[in-house]
Amino acid sequence: MSFLAITRATLAKDIRLEWRSKDAINAMLFFSLLVVVIFSFAFDPTAEESRRIAGGLVWVAFLFAAIVALNQTWARELRNQVLDAYRVSPAPATPLFIAKAFGNFIFVAVLEALMTPLFVAFYKLRPLGPSWQLIPIAVLGTWALVVNGTFFAAMSLRTRAREIMLPLLLFPLSIPALLGMVNSTAAVLTGETSPTFWIALLVAYDVVFTTACLLMFEAVLEAE
Amino acid sequence: MSETQSTPVVVADGLIKQFGRFAALRGVTGEFAAGKLYVILGDNGAGKTTLLRTIAGLAHATRGVISVLGFAHINEARSQIGYMAHPSLLYDEMSGMENLRYFSELYGIPAADVDKKCRDAINAVKLDPDLDRPVGQYSQGMRQRMSLARALLNDPKLLLLDEPFSNVDARSAAEMAVLVAQARDRGKTVFVVTHQPAQLEAYADEFIWMELGRIVDRTATRGGRQ
Repeated sequence: MSFLAITRATLAKDIRLEWRSKDAINAMLFFSLLVVVIFSFAFDPTAEESRRIAGGLVWVAFLFAAIVALNQTWARELRNQVLDAYRVSPAPATPLFIAKAFGNFIFVAVLEALMTPLFVAFYKLRPLGPSWQLIPIAVLGTWALVVNGTFFAAMSLRTRAREIMLPLLLFPLSIPALLGMVNSTAAVLTGETSPTFWIALLVAYDVVFTTACLLMFEAVLEAE
Repeated sequence: MSETQSTPVVVADGLIKQFGRFAALRGVTGEFAAGKLYVILGDNGAGKTTLLRTIAGLAHATRGVISVLGFAHINEARSQIGYMAHPSLLYDEMSGMENLRYFSELYGIPAADVDKKCRDAINAVKLDPDLDRPVGQYSQGMRQRMSLARALLNDPKLLLLDEPFSNVDARSAAEMAVLVAQARDRGKTVFVVTHQPAQLEAYADEFIWMELGRIVDRTATRGGRQ
């Protein structure tokens, strides 16, 4: 039994299910679109102000939108109790977690790719710092959101109010990552400071929490 | 009786399973030999499903010991267990073949054999492997059969079936009963939890009666073999 084959099969299955149902991506897109439009009506910032607030605005919108995908990823395993079919099989727990986290990463990354041009257009954004740095920030920030989100969504799976439980568990723990994402994005947009410290924080956050989630996921999956 | 048939496949000793303050199993003890069809009966809440889930490794005993297929740790036995629950354990948005292809990866079936194994399992339950319709659009009877095909996919030595005849019409239930008996005839040990014992009366080797989390009676039958 190959660890990689199970991860690949589970990831392919999740992408196929999402492609057919479009449950998560549609809800995320709609939510993000609302945030962009509503905030653009609520504020009428100058280009300079936009550069300062856009980091926070963008990442908070993605964080809230990601919750939809994170809840959905395990909800489809609960329908018909399909998760029991995985648990009863000899497949180890880790490939399931990695596939789910990568699946969520892809869904949120697609959302970011579609929404970023809209944010740029609505808020008239033009980075004054090196804009290529936004790519590692986006990758590290998105992984920080989905790795913990996937873990805590699995943890809240058997609770009654799991859709409420996930943000309650996830948001406090995401504060250091959110600080990293917002400040590094603002640093690139304004060009006033270097984002290096915040990128390093994101790297450390991702390494620590990915390791912790991988170590603890089996216990979460086997919990009754 | 052959040596294989006399070897216990499941040995339970004083199994207790508690959910909070409620005890679903209250000291289940027994040995169950290989190659037999056991039918577990009892009222709702008697502990039938919990016992089946404990054997499958989906529930962990609060106290007591269980060994499955000679292994004290369930992880070592998982590749030889087939489990069918009351829900289908299938993805509604995928076809039967797509579902089985995915599950075959979880059982480490070599890529070259996957297609044949999936087709064999679906043919065995008398469904069409080429049916390109999502499982969510199947009738209840078809879904139950596909669920049985999934449980048979890894050619398990131990087959655990929870309510396989529920919500299916009489003809489908009778056909499913024959499939279950055929699995036993091929040497598998089969446990069936059901509220419809009449479906398996002609095939069962033993009826196990449960009450309030305990086995209260075991009745051997002639075990009609095909």
